[in-house]
Amino acid sequence: MSAADTTTPAKVPPTRPSPPPPAPPGRPRPKRTSAGTPWLLLAPCLLILLLVMGYPLVRLVTLSFQKFGQSQLWGFQPAENIGLDNFTGVLDDGEFWQVVVRTIVFAAGCVILTMVLGMLIALLLQRVSGWVKTLVNIALVASWGMPVIVATTVFKWLFDSDYGILNAVLSKLPGVDLIGHNWFASGPQGLAVIMLLVIWGAVPFVVITLSAGLTQVPAELEEAARLDGAGSWGVFRYVTLPILKPIIVMLTTLSVIWDMGVFPQVFVMRGGHPEPEFQLLTTYSYDRAFVVNDYGQGSAIALITVLLLLGVVAVYMRQMLKIGEVE
Amino acid sequence: MSTLAEPRRRSRFGWNLLGLLVFAVAGFPVYWMLNTAIKPAKDAIDPDPSLLPTGFTLANFSRALHIADFWGPVGRSLIVSLAVVAIGIVVGMLAALAISRFAFRGRKIVIVGILAVQMVPLVAMIIPVFLLLNDLDQYDKLSGLIITYLTFILPFTVWTLRGFIVNIPKELEEAAMVDGCSRTGAFVRVVFPLLAPGMVATSVYGFIQAWNEYLYALMLLSQKNQTATVWLGNFTTKHGTEYAPMMAGATLMAVPIVALFLLVQRKMAAGLTAGAVKG
Repeated sequence: MSAADTTTPAKVPPTRPSPPPPAPPGRPRPKRTSAGTPWLLLAPCLLILLLVMGYPLVRLVTLSFQKFGQSQLWGFQPAENIGLDNFTGVLDDGEFWQVVVRTIVFAAGCVILTMVLGMLIALLLQRVSGWVKTLVNIALVASWGMPVIVATTVFKWLFDSDYGILNAVLSKLPGVDLIGHNWFASGPQGLAVIMLLVIWGAVPFVVITLSAGLTQVPAELEEAARLDGAGSWGVFRYVTLPILKPIIVMLTTLSVIWDMGVFPQVFVMRGGHPEPEFQLLTTYSYDRAFVVNDYGQGSAIALITVLLLLGVVAVYMRQMLKIGEVE
Repeated sequence: MSTLAEPRRRSRFGWNLLGLLVFAVAGFPVYWMLNTAIKPAKDAIDPDPSLLPTGFTLANFSRALHIADFWGPVGRSLIVSLAVVAIGIVVGMLAALAISRFAFRGRKIVIVGILAVQMVPLVAMIIPVFLLLNDLDQYDKLSGLIITYLTFILPFTVWTLRGFIVNIPKELEEAAMVDGCSRTGAFVRVVFPLLAPGMVATSVYGFIQAWNEYLYALMLLSQKNQTATVWLGNFTTKHGTEYAPMMAGATLMAVPIVALFLLVQRKMAAGLTAGAVKG
């Protein structure tokens, strides 16, 4: 934040980059489309992505091999190539490995609980009366639509140590005294609260998507399985689950990608300065770059995070491509 | 019949109870936000809070509006989100048409590329993006933020619009062309009207995403140019947080977004799963 306050005066009129012109329609067109037309249509999109995505990605890689700190940012010194020093620096750091393990445990917890809860609620919704279903759907869509920052502040309030409703209600239970309990005093407990927040926001999407999928499971198949003597578990395991598999694969991979990228929840919950016990890969990389001002190492950490995710992304892409080819 | 219906009804009672529990747990944070926002501030710091509303006041809302400049951040968020969606939908539409209506070499690579780009976590990109805007002299400018928001809005728009276009039968266009329309004419008169609802849904959803974004807004604008999400985030970090006005601020931010979300949610979810089941 502090790095470059000086660049601009406050009120800058937003200069909106004008959308690139569409392909010229006026020119008389040959009956068969020329090979250039699709590329012409794609050109503005690809150019923008090249600038805002391609260039930064390349820069991320080069940065991770450079010594890039405050003085390079201000241009006092040129960025110096230091080979793998950033990576060895990061990988030799014991704290880094703690952060990696914490991030993986956190994300795995979020994904597994989200998927299991989502599946259970989707199945439950098939068995409840119409009005209950409507009520649950309203609650789910409302929590799904809540901006992350709003949800985070609300959870902060729910778990407030002095006036939070949760401590007050839990303390009413016999033998429980949580008055004044600070949920964020310890890392694991605080991260559990943040996990709850992430799950609360993520379950609705899973439930609604799975519910839509469940309506596509042919009733005859389930009936046939039941006639063949399968119990409810058997029907679920051998009929429902295989049919839902493409959706489940997609939801799981998406969840992994999203939950590995959790940032604002931790950042805002901890008032902009997550304690060491709360650091995940995302906040850790941020910290390295913008707090310690070591942009090189920060980039190295970000790059490692992306590489960790590549396998998951590949699974997701394969699934999406399968869908993409059905046209 | 009645002998069969009886146990079924009883078992449904149990499921309904469970369903109501889900409703209560999932809905509680939203309820508590609204409840805190409208209760008198002194009741918000009651160590033994009442679960039911204790009164009705709008004082928290006016306090939230006056504690800090509220409309400035909201105005900036609006400008950024609208601009991003406008650019995204025009540019995205062209690209979506290209990958869904044309067969050309390299099409598959483009599709894979757009999908892959969507998967790169934003957080990982913040360092080079920050340096890029710094170099382009776009740090702390709304135009800079608008450009960077296109990183996630554009791939999303292309992919979603593609889904909507694919669902419009090609034969409709071909029929129009047989009847003497040009390719562009067929698109404007036949495809476009059918696509309009999908475009609206995509725009609204894109708007919500841009509106909700936090990290880039935090890093790429200084405090005096903050957007609505950063405004609310800072609200929480201020020393001696006043929760009642904060919940009022949260309500002000959430209600329009949730309402917009309700409008388009069904359409977006349906589009996603229709494809998934086919696969």
